Amino acid sequence: MLFLPELSVLLSGLIFFFVSLSRPNSQTIRNLSIGLAAVVLCITATSFSQNGSLFFDSYRIDLFSQLFKLLIAAATLAVLVFSGQTPGIKEDVRAEYYLFLFMGVLGLMMLVSSVELLSIFIALELSSFAVYIMVPMRKTASNAVFQMESGIKYLLFGVMSTAFMLFGMSYLFGLTGSTYLDEIATSLSFLFNQPAALIGMLMVLFGFFYKLAIFPFHFWVPDVYEGAANETTAFIAAVPKIAATALLVRLISMVSAEGQVIVNILLVCSIGSMFYGNLSALVQKDIKRMLGFSGISHAGFVLFGLLTFGTAGYATSLYYIMGYVAMNLACFLVICTVAAQGDNLQIEDLTGLHKRSPFLAITLATGLFALAGIPPFVGFTGKFMLLVNAFKQGYTIPVILAAINTAIAIYYYLSVVRVAYCSDPEKDMSRINQPWLSKAAATILLITIIVMGVMPGQFLKLASAAVSTLLP
Amino acid sequence: MEHLLINPGFPLLSTLIFLPLAGAFLLLPFKNDDTCRYISLGVTALVALISLLLIAGFDTTTARFQFAETRPWIETLNINYTIGVDGISLLLVVMTTLIMPFCVLASWSYIKVRVKPFMICLLVMETAMVGVFVALDFVLFYILWEAMLIPMYLLIGIWGGPRRIYASVKFFLYTLGGSILLLVAIIWLAKTNNFSFFIPDMMWQDYGFRAQILVFIAFFLAFAIKVPMFPFHTWLPAAHVEAPTAGSVILASILLKMGTYGFLRFALPIVPDATVALMPYVLWLSIAGIIYGGFTALAQQDMKKLIAYSSVGHMGFVTLGIFVLNKQGIEGAILQMINHGITTGALFLCVGMIYERTHSRELSVSAGVGKYMPVFVTFLAFFSLSSLGFPGTNSFVGEFMILAGTFKYDGVMHGNFPYLALAAIPGAVLAAAYMLRLLQKVVWGGTNNPDQSYLADLNWREIVTLAPFLLFVFWIGLGAQPFIDYMDTSVTVLLDNFNAHRAQAIALAGELLP
Repeated sequence: MLFLPELSVLLSGLIFFFVSLSRPNSQTIRNLSIGLAAVVLCITATSFSQNGSLFFDSYRIDLFSQLFKLLIAAATLAVLVFSGQTPGIKEDVRAEYYLFLFMGVLGLMMLVSSVELLSIFIALELSSFAVYIMVPMRKTASNAVFQMESGIKYLLFGVMSTAFMLFGMSYLFGLTGSTYLDEIATSLSFLFNQPAALIGMLMVLFGFFYKLAIFPFHFWVPDVYEGAANETTAFIAAVPKIAATALLVRLISMVSAEGQVIVNILLVCSIGSMFYGNLSALVQKDIKRMLGFSGISHAGFVLFGLLTFGTAGYATSLYYIMGYVAMNLACFLVICTVAAQGDNLQIEDLTGLHKRSPFLAITLATGLFALAGIPPFVGFTGKFMLLVNAFKQGYTIPVILAAINTAIAIYYYLSVVRVAYCSDPEKDMSRINQPWLSKAAATILLITIIVMGVMPGQFLKLASAAVSTLLP
Repeated sequence: MEHLLINPGFPLLSTLIFLPLAGAFLLLPFKNDDTCRYISLGVTALVALISLLLIAGFDTTTARFQFAETRPWIETLNINYTIGVDGISLLLVVMTTLIMPFCVLASWSYIKVRVKPFMICLLVMETAMVGVFVALDFVLFYILWEAMLIPMYLLIGIWGGPRRIYASVKFFLYTLGGSILLLVAIIWLAKTNNFSFFIPDMMWQDYGFRAQILVFIAFFLAFAIKVPMFPFHTWLPAAHVEAPTAGSVILASILLKMGTYGFLRFALPIVPDATVALMPYVLWLSIAGIIYGGFTALAQQDMKKLIAYSSVGHMGFVTLGIFVLNKQGIEGAILQMINHGITTGALFLCVGMIYERTHSRELSVSAGVGKYMPVFVTFLAFFSLSSLGFPGTNSFVGEFMILAGTFKYDGVMHGNFPYLALAAIPGAVLAAAYMLRLLQKVVWGGTNNPDQSYLADLNWREIVTLAPFLLFVFWIGLGAQPFIDYMDTSVTVLLDNFNAHRAQAIALAGELLP
């Protein structure tokens, strides 16, 4: 029973494996995928309050892992719902696409439960390789092959970072003689300022920085976001980040505030992410690239929250990533719906969106204003709480730098809202048809963004409860 | 909770905040433009009527926050939904609610496309604006202060004039950029106060001089941009010119007051020592704004720009009154905030009405309409006279009080020679010059007036829109005392606390403090 959510995902993947042996039409595949994802979500929700451990204690099921699994399942369902007919994926590999998607989800779900270095590694690789393959499955109109370039970049950078992580793991194992995170944490607490422990820990963290796209491990982001199909990008931008945050919480809670050197290095990474992401996003023309860079800066904020330590800090980061996923998915929902042929969207292509589809325009504006951190949306509340916690921790200068970043960021978000609302469409005046399922998804995302922003109390309580299961 | 006076029974202020929001949701299912107009008018009028209950029930003998409500909101961070009004905010709240129905009326035929979203933006604006004036929790204040940008941005960006994109983006970026450091200051203040975001808790505390200066700078950037004070005013003419009439009226009458309200509510009580230290600079910036606004207005050919620059000058008077730090000055400043809201709001309505007819804001195109629109120019004449501070109109009383306060300040600070007051007085003369120029052009023009015979005079809706403004011009102009009574206690207590804090700080720090 403890393993039921993962089993359901695995089963879904297998179903798609068998489906891929025949040649079904894409409508069937799509309905099947949404149905299976919904089933997975239900199963994950029913096993929400389970507790226990599996596989010689290397796999823990607690409120923390179940909350993350629920998030992963919900985000996956949302991506599948709004990716429509997956126009960006080659017709002949659509079944395989879903097979790999579910395998990736399986890896990510396993990742959030893993509390042992080897199981972390296996889960991470399972998820990574599935996603590496999804990137080149894109169909392009002109038979261009830039998706191949993206796929290779994603793969090479990913393998590199995995190598770093393995190297770090070997150090940790060598120093502590154990692969269990709990035991490593106990032993490490005496070794924090040893260079070997420092390097080991940092290298393991860097593996996840790659997933979360934190400076300086962000290089894959813009090209992969641009080269992958819109629906693949939506998936990459949301789901793996959830799992990476979960693991970062587990790992950073081992560091605690005493490892001053590590904390300083991570602070630099976090502030560097904010500046790099925001400044680069200013000049982007392609909306997916822009969201990619904005994602880098948001990852910096998540890390910043983790560095405030304690239940409050981790809970805020958790809250922030939940909010980020909702805001980001709202934006990608619009991108996927507007780009009916699966092309890349330039920011200009959104010109006059409010006339072509008022509801999509509202969704986009809400998502972007929320990402920019304008109240009353979740992005503001998350940032505000991060800053409060950071102030408690005494990070005055980083807080000011983070605040300045909010001001920089508003410019590029606003420029998208500007073309969507204030300019009139020039060429393509046609209204955009949005299926009811996608409308429902957008409504749910909007409500989530606003409710989480205005009434964060319950969400914070949940996040705190989840986080407190990690802390002694 | 010694600061709060909780009146049991009906939550009046929450009603004022949430009724417009409810109205915005009510509009959603309706498709017909006229239905939306009537519903919005009904909702705003209802809110205006309810707000009169505030005036009726207000106790002028106490400086505590009345009609207060407090509820836990985000408990983990000790953030509460705390609201209340005192003498400083009462008139601003009522002015906001009273002006909104006229904004709806002014948009009746001006807004022809997408009426429903426009009305929703107006109603959401009203929620945020009332909320800003009554918020007593700093986070609540900040959230509403920022949230207001979105509907205002859309008002300018969608329904604005030809350069609306430039204007709306500039407005948004300026205001947001200015208030980012305000957020940092808020968190810092809360941290030093045991993580209480309750505004009165932050007042009159001992923060240390250096910290006060930094907090003051954060406040100043946020509020001075909103006022706008010279040299942070450049967003204002652009936004005013491009905004639709209702947007201009809201900007001029209400949004600009939030900056000066911020100075009164936050800068003075929270960082008094820094206020005193930086006061001379703020005062001279105010003078610069008065003179600069006056001269620039004199040179404008665009009527909306002219009034926008006159706003820079008038708001310079308001900041002047606040920072001379005496009773006449501050009471004059609050009164002048109301006056500017009435007069400039009405002038923007007038310009909007002529724009609807001529489709131009150019002064030369509207030259000599007096012959064909006698009712219109009558209104325009009275509002122009009010704007230049003619005796018997509202602005005269406000400016007079501010200048009296300035003279008093000069007496204390500069021996007996009134440098500051003498520097401010040319502003009043300039106001006469540019307003009379506008009036002369519009009423009579010259020998080469364009043909205005196609112009129809004001209809009933427009007269109804303007008449109440005229009523207040003379009501405040001839009998200002009742208005001053509402704010008197609060201002007196504010200044008493201020002086007590200063005396204590000087006694503690001796020569170190300025």
